Formats: sequence, C-alpha cells, structure tokens
Amino acid sequence: MKKIEAIIKPFKLDDVKEALNEIGIKGMTVSEVKGYGRQKGHKEIYRGAEYVVDFIPKIKVEIVVDDQVAGQVVDKIREAANTGKIGDGKIFVYAVEEAIRVRTGERGTDAV
Amino acid sequence: MSRRVLKGMFSAAAILLLNGSAAFAAEGLNSGDTAWMIVSTALVMMMTPAGLALFYGGMSRYKNMLNTYAMTLVAYCLASVIWMMWGYTLAFGPDKGGVIGGMRHVFMSGIGVESLSGTIPTSVFALFQMTFAGITVALVLGSVVDRMKFSSWIVFTLLWVTFVYCPVAHWVWGGGWMARMGALDFAGGTVVHINAGVAGLVLALVLGKRIGYRKEAMFPSSIALTALGAAMLWFGWFGFNAGSQLAADGVAGSAFLVTNTSAASGALAWMFAEWIVTRKPTVLGIASGIVAGLVAITPAAGFVDLSASLVIGIVAGILGFLSVSKLKAWAGYDDSLDAFGVHGVCGMWGALATGLFANPAVLETGRGLFYGNPKQLWIQGVSILATTAFTLAATGIVIFVTRWITGGLRVSTEKEIEGLDSSLHGERAFEIV
Repeated sequence: MKKIEAIIKPFKLDDVKEALNEIGIKGMTVSEVKGYGRQKGHKEIYRGAEYVVDFIPKIKVEIVVDDQVAGQVVDKIREAANTGKIGDGKIFVYAVEEAIRVRTGERGTDAV
Repeated sequence: MSRRVLKGMFSAAAILLLNGSAAFAAEGLNSGDTAWMIVSTALVMMMTPAGLALFYGGMSRYKNMLNTYAMTLVAYCLASVIWMMWGYTLAFGPDKGGVIGGMRHVFMSGIGVESLSGTIPTSVFALFQMTFAGITVALVLGSVVDRMKFSSWIVFTLLWVTFVYCPVAHWVWGGGWMARMGALDFAGGTVVHINAGVAGLVLALVLGKRIGYRKEAMFPSSIALTALGAAMLWFGWFGFNAGSQLAADGVAGSAFLVTNTSAASGALAWMFAEWIVTRKPTVLGIASGIVAGLVAITPAAGFVDLSASLVIGIVAGILGFLSVSKLKAWAGYDDSLDAFGVHGVCGMWGALATGLFANPAVLETGRGLFYGNPKQLWIQGVSILATTAFTLAATGIVIFVTRWITGGLRVSTEKEIEGLDSSLHGERAFEIV
C-alpha cells in the first residue's frame, strides 16, 4: 500500500476529487494547511503599514491506495491540480505498513 | 451654538422695530426645530456605541476587539452620566470669565419642561450636547487600543470629560473667550476633533508602543465591520452637522448637503492617493477617507458652500492618508487606530478651511479670507493653537492623575500578548470553527 499526500491550491480540490472519483478512488482525508515554498507570501497594506503574509493557505489531500494504482492516482492529481503557475503544490508518496478498518477489523488493502 | 441665540435676538429686534412694541418678543418653542433636534440627537447618539465601536472594533486585532467595544460603550455611558451631573453646567452654565460655566445647573437643576434654549427645549439641547461629549472622549481611544488598562480608561474618561472637554466646549459654544474672539466652529472642529486627536496622541505617547509594533503583523479583525461603522458614522454625522444649526432651516439643509459632499470627496481622494502610492485601493482607505472628509467639514458645515466642501473633502482625504501612512511612520509614534492622524490633522485642516471658505451668503456671521476677511484665518489659527496647547497640557495632567489613581496605565506584558478580550473581559469576539 502507498499513501499519497498532495498539497494543492484550495480551489483545485473539487477538480482533484472528481478526477479521482473517475478512477474509482472512493475516499480521502482533507485538511486546511498553510505554508510556503517558491511561491513565497504576499503583501497586505493597512493604512500604509505593510505586512508580508508568509504562509499561504493550501489544501492537503491524503489517500491510501493499493500499490498498483498509486502511479495512476499521482498522475490524475498532477493533471487535475495543475495550473502551470507557481504555487501549484507538491505530491509525496510513502510506503504504508498496515491499514485497519475500525468497524470490522479488516486489514491491508481490504481496509482502505 | 450662540448663533441661534443671536439670531433670535436679531429677529426679536426686528419685531420690536416693526411693531414698536416694548415687549421683548421671545421666539418661543418651535415644534419643527424641536422635532429635528430630537432626531439629530438620536442620530449623533448612534455614532458612538454603534458607528465608532464598529469602526474602531473592526480595525483592532481579533484578540482586542471586545475591549475596543467596551471602551467605546463605557465612554458613552460615563459621559452621559457626567454630563447630566456637572458637565452641562460647566460647559453651558452662566459664564465665569470666559473660561468655564458656573455651577447653576448641577444635576440639571433649574431646567424644567418649560425651559427653552432658543426655540427648542433645554432638555433636548443638553442631550444633543451630551452626545458630542460622548463621542469626543470615545474618539481618543483610537490612539491607545490594544494596551490600556480598563480601569485607567474609566478614570481617564471621567477626568477628561470634566477637565478638558467641558472647558473647551464652553470657550467655543458656551459663550466663552473663543466665541467672543469670533472663532468659527460650526459643529466641533476644535472642540471635538482637534481636542480628541491631540489628547489621543498624548495618551499614545505616554502609554508607549504596542509590543511588536512595526515588527509583527497586526491585522485588523474585520474591515467589513469597519466599513459598516464608517457608514453609520456618515449617517449619524447628518445629525452632528445639520443638527448643530439647532433649527430646521436653510442653513441646516446647506450643512446637510456639504457634509455629504465632503465625506464622498474625502473617500475618493484617499482611495486614489492610496492607489497611486501603494498600488491598491483598499476598503479601509475608502472608509478612512469618509471619516476624514466628515471631520474636515465639521467646523465649516454651516458656513461654506458646495464648491468649498469639495475642496475641503479632497484635501482632507489626501492629508489623512499622508498623516497615517507617512507622518506616523516618520515620527514613530504608535497611534493605533489613527485618532490623531485622522481627527487631529483633518480637524486642524477643517478649522483653517473654515477661515478660508466661510461664505457670508450661507451664514451672515461667517466671512473667510476668500470673502475679504483675512483676519478670520488668523482667528482660526489662534483657536487651533490654543485648543492644541490646552489639550496637550490638560490631558497630560489628567493622564498623570489617572496613572496615580489606578497604579499605572498599561496592562501587563502577559495580558497584552494574550489579548485584552480574554485577559480583561473573559470573552472573545468570534467563535470560528
């Protein structure tokens, strides 16, 4: 199993979700996060006082899938989240040791 | 405010000449004037606990928003009580040497349902004036949000209304020396705005800068609320300026008109100035420009015509923007919400502009430089300097006494960092999930 963690632009979440639905991915965990990379922050000015906002809001999507589909999921996310502009985000892939469904106790791929 | 009385005397004299009657024919109560003044008073009342609370509250940080509200509300409540007990008589009681009013009307004694001020009941006049005292002291807090002890604010309000506001109100409107000198202040350029702005600056300097000032970002809690507050101030200001004629007549109508024009042109000027200098037309800038325009037209409202109000508003917008963005940064004081930058600076401009643009065709008692009376500009300058000097000194003393009574003026570092809503009031303004 692989865990795919994608940091994307907030307004791209629906596109990513739909793209993953198309290939049969039925679940994901989403959180609102803040951070910065090459995009850097932006400036806000209140009555002449300039404040640099370093951390930009992003969405983190976490999905655990079978090894065989991991590559396809990564491609789909990249396709859906891409605007071609700086700040589109990043995708990380991790190996997952075990997964357990709380209700039934199923383990492994059956649990995800 | 003595204009109305003077006018009454003129018309009484006219009646005397026409009728040849020996009786001093008082005008008596005018129900139109009375109705308008009751409405005006309610309009001005709304400016403090609603307009100013939102305007300032939205600009303060999320953790100090309720403290800003609390200071505003309590300022209005205290001023209301003080005014009825001794404030009114200090400002409008029988004149004592042009400096202060006598104590004849302590606790409103001697004022009944039959008492008249000009053509309106004295009770209405006193309440109208009370709303001015309330907003003036509340304006001061714009300089000091985020760091002042609540107890100190209460003591300060009490002392300041009594020893700073009442004397200046007497000088200008209660028949004191400034009125006799011929200073023109229709609705409170010196009494309200210069007075509050300078007092705020003094208090900000004594309190010192907020922790993290110019190092960390200090975001306003809600520009949307600030904009709503500015709109409510604008609405209430119609009562403030047009009501200051103390009658429902043509001059009140003219004051109404120029007030709106100046507010609008102030907002546009601030917005364009900001757009050119910092590349973004902000809503905070538009809201601030509205207030700057309103402040500047206040002393001039009943004296100037429409074209003058355009100039007064435009200059106020640019001046306000420069004073909060450049002057403050250059001088390095922490006037948190710019009570001095907007009210002090634009109030001074408005008082000077009255000396330039006062047009006798609007009100016969006001003639400025552009209508052949350069002396008026000099008188306005003297009134600005005198108000500033008195407020500097008197506010300094009030602050000193307040600090002695409440054992310091500033909250502890931990409380300031935690935020005053939580540390002083045990509440928070927002529940955001």
